[in-house]
Order: sequence, then C-alpha cells, then structure tokens
Amino acid sequence: MIGTGNSVNSITARRRHPLARYAVVALALGLLGGGYAVAAPGGSSADAAIASGKADDVAQGKSLFVAHCASCHGMNAEGTAKAPTLVGVGAAAVDFQVSTGRMPAADAGPQAPRKPLGEWVTPQAIDDLAAYVQSLGGGPARPAAEQVDPAKGDPAKGGELFRANCIQCHNFVGAGGALTYGKYAPPLNPATPTQIYEAMATGPQAMPVFNDSTITPDQKRDMIAYITHVRQQVDPGGSGLGRIGPVTEGLVAWIVGLSLLILAAIWITAKKRRTHA
Amino acid sequence: MDTTPKAIAGVSTFLDDRIGAGSFLKRNMRKIFPDHWSFLLGEIALYSFIILLLTGTFLTFWFKPSMGEVVYSGSYQPLVGVKMSEAYASALNISFDVRGGLLIRQIHHWAALLFIAGMMVHMLRVFFTGAYRKPRELNWLIGVGLLSLALLEGLTGYSLPDDLLSGAGLRITEGVMLGIPVVGTYLTFLLFGGEYPGHDVISRFFTIHILLIPGILLALISAHMVLMWVQKHTQMPGTGRTNKNVVGAPFYPTFMAKAGAFTLFTFGVIALLGTFAQINPIWLFGPYTPADISAGSQPDFYMGFLEGSLRLMPSWEINFLDHTVSLSVLIPALVPLGVVMTGLALYPFIEQWVTGDRREHHTADRPRNNPHRTAIGFTGIAFYGVLWLLGANDEISANFHISLYETTIFGRFAIFLVPALAYFVAYRICIGLQRKDAEVLSHGVESGVIKRLPNGEYIEVHTPAAQDIADHIRGKEEIPIIESGVDGDGIPPKGARTALGRLRAKASEAYGTDHIPLDEGHGHDEHAAIGAGDHSDGHRDGH
Repeated sequence: MIGTGNSVNSITARRRHPLARYAVVALALGLLGGGYAVAAPGGSSADAAIASGKADDVAQGKSLFVAHCASCHGMNAEGTAKAPTLVGVGAAAVDFQVSTGRMPAADAGPQAPRKPLGEWVTPQAIDDLAAYVQSLGGGPARPAAEQVDPAKGDPAKGGELFRANCIQCHNFVGAGGALTYGKYAPPLNPATPTQIYEAMATGPQAMPVFNDSTITPDQKRDMIAYITHVRQQVDPGGSGLGRIGPVTEGLVAWIVGLSLLILAAIWITAKKRRTHA
Repeated sequence: MDTTPKAIAGVSTFLDDRIGAGSFLKRNMRKIFPDHWSFLLGEIALYSFIILLLTGTFLTFWFKPSMGEVVYSGSYQPLVGVKMSEAYASALNISFDVRGGLLIRQIHHWAALLFIAGMMVHMLRVFFTGAYRKPRELNWLIGVGLLSLALLEGLTGYSLPDDLLSGAGLRITEGVMLGIPVVGTYLTFLLFGGEYPGHDVISRFFTIHILLIPGILLALISAHMVLMWVQKHTQMPGTGRTNKNVVGAPFYPTFMAKAGAFTLFTFGVIALLGTFAQINPIWLFGPYTPADISAGSQPDFYMGFLEGSLRLMPSWEINFLDHTVSLSVLIPALVPLGVVMTGLALYPFIEQWVTGDRREHHTADRPRNNPHRTAIGFTGIAFYGVLWLLGANDEISANFHISLYETTIFGRFAIFLVPALAYFVAYRICIGLQRKDAEVLSHGVESGVIKRLPNGEYIEVHTPAAQDIADHIRGKEEIPIIESGVDGDGIPPKGARTALGRLRAKASEAYGTDHIPLDEGHGHDEHAAIGAGDHSDGHRDGH
C-alpha cells in the first residue's frame, strides 16, 4: 500500500496516523460542546426573566429549579431515586446548600463538597429558589441579619454549647474532622454566620438538626459568636500549626526540632582532633 | 604563668586536702571521648531534661493542682464566666496573665517532645551500632527504664492542665485500667479516689509528675552517665581504633566545649520552637467535662502508637462467668507496649544467647555489618511506625480525603505486612552495602580516569580506597556462631540436643553467617582492577 504514491493511499495513511484518533475525538467533543452551547439557552430564559423583573419570586424560582435542580430532585421537587424531596426543607436549607456551592451537586460522592458558585447563582437567584421551595411546604426560614450577628452573642456561653454539640465532629476550633464511609465534617472557617445558623437549623448531609427547641436562636447566635471569635483570633503562641492538636506538633518536633539538632551535632563533630588514651 | 595565683591556689589546696578533688579532676578532665555526630543524640535528651526541670519549676510557681471549681475571670475573653477547675484556670492564667508564662509553658512542652524524641533516636543509635553489648547491658536497661518512665511522665504532664484534650487521654487511661481483669475497678478507684473523674486525680498526677518520676529520672540519668563515664564511650571502627583503646578528644577542653555548644544549640532550638510554634493551646480546647470530646483528639506523639493500636483493634470481648474481658482495650494497651519495651530490654540478652558471644565490645558495629540485627530494628520501627501513623488516621482521613474505614482496614493488614517487608528490605540493603564495602576494598574506588588500551578497550582506572575509609570498612567484626555440628561419633554438642537447642543453633547460624566476607584480593577480571594499565600511578594516588 505504501509506496504506490497515489492520493487515495495517502489519505488512508493519514487516517491511520497515530494522532488521527485524537483529532477525531477532539472534533467530536468540539461539535458536542458547541451544539450544547447553542441548544442550552432554554435554561437561561429564567435568568432573563429575573433580569427583566417580569415574574414573581416563586415563579422565577420554579424555572430556576427546573433548570438546575429538577434533574435529580424531580420536576416538582417530589424527589427521585437520586435525591430526596425538597417539600418542607425550607428556605434555610436552599440558602445553605446553594450559597455554599454544595448544590447543584457535581457528582454522586459520599458527600457534596463546598465549591465555587456557578455563574447563575446570584443572591437574587438564591432568593427566588428559596421562595419557591418555601412555598412547597414551609420549613425552617432563613435567619434575619440580627439573629446571626456575632457582636450580639455571648462567646463564652456559645463556647460551652459549641464544645457540647459540635466539636466531636468539627474539632475544637472548627477545623473539621473525618466521619464514616468517606463523609466528613467540613471546616467551619469558610462558613458565614448565616450559613452556620442554617446548617444548625436544617442539618445538611451527615449533620443532625439542631432545631429551635434543642438550641434556641439566641444560643445559636452565641455559638456563632464563639466560632467567629475563635477563628479570627491571632494565635498567641506563634504559628497555630493548623490548629489540629498534637499531630502537627509531633511532626514539627521531629522534622524541625530534631533535624535542626542533628544538623548541629553533625556540624559540631565535623572537625576532629585526635588523642589516644 | 609559672605560679598559680594565691586566690586560686588557696581554694584548690583547701578542696584538694579535704575531698581529694585534684587527683579526681586530674584523672577525669583528660578523659577521652570519641567523636561522631550520632554520639550527641543522647545529649539532646539530657539538655532537654535540664530545660524541663528549669521551666517546670517556673510553672509550679503559678500552677494550682486542684480540681476545685472556679468561674474564670482572667483575660482570655471567650472563656470568661465559664466554670472550670482551678488547675485549668491557673494554666490559663500562666498562659495569658503571667509575664512570659506562655513562652515558658510552650518551651516546657516542646522540650518534653524533644526529650522523648531525643531518647528515641539515641536508643536507635545504640541499638543499630550494637553499643548495648557487654559490658553495657545494664546501661541499656537503665535506658529502657528511662524511656518507659518518660512516657509516663509525659502522660501525667499533659493531663495536668485539665483541658478537654488531656481529659480524653485521662478517659482512655481510665478505660484501660478498668479493662484489667479482676483488679481493674479497684485500681481505678485507687487512682481517681472514687468514680471518674473525681476530685483527686490532678493533684495526684501533679505529685507524680513533679516529684516522683523526675526524682527517679534524675537518679537513673545520673547512673546512666556515671556508667557511661566509667565504662567509656564506644567508638566507631577506624584507623588506630581497637577494642582496647579510645580515640577521640579529651573531655577538657575539647569535649567540654563541644558539649557546651550543643547545650546552647538545644536551648536555642527549643526556645525558637517555643517562640514561633504554638503547642498545646489549652484555651482553644476548653475546660474538661466528661461529656465533651473533640474530633481529632490525639495524644502527644510518643503515645501515638498506643492510640493507633486502640484504633486498629477489632471490637473483641469475652464473657466469662458474667465477667467481661475487654480484649479490644486490653490487647492494644498492653501488647504493643509489651512487645516494644520487653523486646528492647531483652534484646542484648537474646543476642548473647543466640551468638554465644560473651566478649566485651568497645567498638561499635556499623549497622550494615550485622544485617539481621539491623533488619530486626527496622521491623520494630515499622511496627511502631504503622501504629503511630494510624493513631492519626482521622487527621489523615480528613486532610487527605481518604475514607476513615479504609485507613483502619489498611492498618489492620499493614501492622503485619509492613514490618515483614521492612525486615526484608533492611536486610537486603545491608547486604548490598556490605557488597559495596567489599568492592571498595578489592577493586578500589573509581578514579575518574578513563584509559584506552592498545586493543581499543576502554577501562576506568580504580585507585585503592583512602586509608581511613579502608580502616573503617575493615573494622567489620565477625559475629560468632555457636558450636552445633556433630562430633566424630555423630553426636551433637550437649546444648544442641533439645528442640530449643536446635532452634538456637539454627538462629545462631543465620544470625552470624557472613555472606559477604571482605575480599582483599583483586578477584574478578570483569571489573577494571586497581590501577589497571598504569599500576604504579594508581597506588600512589591512594594517599
């Protein structure tokens, strides 16, 4: 085949070039992506509606829901095999899940991680979605600004509640910790006061619900005051070493302390003077 | 300076006449100490201990070892108004209201970590060089005792502030004591003065931590030093070094200056750590209540291996005549500690039994030259290391996103497989290094000179190893093997007739057989021989 030199054969040879299969895959992907980009705007009609301020919150929320949530939670939030119903979870759950980037979930891992927000996730979009889900069957509402104001809480009282209720999973400063089956208690440092309140009120993922009769709204505010106070604190003893306790301390003792001393020992004994005895 | 100044002469004569200080000093100031960086590792522990005594004394001025309840009113805002024990409140007071208190507390804690880490590396050095051999077995046993006591000293020490983290350790201590069959409950009530946590344990730990154990440590450390002084330090093999001499620098002035410098280095490193790295932030943990526990509760590093064994253990228990024996607590608490400490204590005697070696040893082995010992040492390190690592499995899981259960399952296999692998790998590395040594002696070292022979072949000229390197290598000692062969009448020697005797003979042969004897000849032809092509030059280059 090679060596006859006519054009048909040269096309065949190129087709069998080692890079040919990558070129084909790249082309296919490009077509698919481009096609999707052209076909996708169906979802953004809701965004357009919000932008123009035509529909009311619930209706806008519904269309956002259909675009971004319904594939797992069902067209009417009735739940599917993949995801639970959202009837009755309340606006607080929507705000927590969407504003932390956990929902819409990227993939079906043991736990949805906090991640950067999608472009469509504006405060307005969250308000609309929350209004829609709230309209389905009530549930915990989002806290008012003064309910989560750390300045109005008592950090000492909050600390006691925090130690009694939270640290067994989240660690003593909210640095996070491991749970079973690949789940984990996330660090509390990136969470806003509102998100902390909503997490307690709604019990997302592996977390239990701490409703208002278990921990009153005032107590929740005290806990928020403690959490935010401690995480803003400058460590008085130097570097906090991740604030996870003796594990990093032991590493530093061996890797920094002992290594420096061994280097010193090598240096001291490098020069020798010999005497017999 | 022919005459001694009167002020000095008078005092020294006074002392000399009464306590014979002159002859004592004369004898000891010129004591020779061999020089090797690894011989200073024990001094890390020694100087850390001095720091511990000094800083610990400072801390006792303000610490109140009491479990009486107080309401905190100090300057750490997030705990104001919280009920806590006096011990915890006074530890907070030291940290925030005593000038320099936090720094001293942190130096004390860092010094404690380096005290034990220093002991561990020192012990490993002694083990791998065989420096525990006759006549130093007693000093080795003192060392094992020191290490065990240091662990206990650490446990009682970090329990004192009565913070939430230390309380978790105390709770585990209680659980282990309760798990001891028959007497566990009585022992627990004895220690805690009643139901856990009671009101006595902190003050009792305080006495143990600042009086009892430091006193014993001080006595044992002194004995350790005196024995070392009297028996003289071992030395690495090398030029002019034999089993009957010590080559090095005199205590005064050389060794004293080096030891002084190293003291300052140790102080400096610990002060730096205490200044720049926060340790045991008790104010973040909060006061201890038995109801609370934090994620990621860990002991200090030296207790990590016990934490790991507890975490790895399946939940086994036996019910016997309505009494529960909690194997899931007893085995992890006692077996690893027993294996490590008993193994360390008995090793010199087991080795003597296996090799039948009753000679005195004053030169250290290079670890490669006793491959089985080195491999056994690495097996121990691997065993300890796996447990230590898995003691932090929740932090590993949380920070590296590995499923927690998978770390546990991994650990349950690793605790058996990794030590076995470590044995094999360490043994093979030792053999490889021995081969390298033999090659250096028989073929010399590469000179970097490439020669082309008349027939077109290229060879690299090898030069003989430098004298000090060659002597260092030739310091390899033969490991004795006990007599086990049958005599002329086909009768094995008396010791080798029982099953134990046969085992001993087998072990001895495996332990002592030298697979890579140092071959001084030029041996094989496929390597370029020393000075090939230009023989005389090669030898002249070799110093």
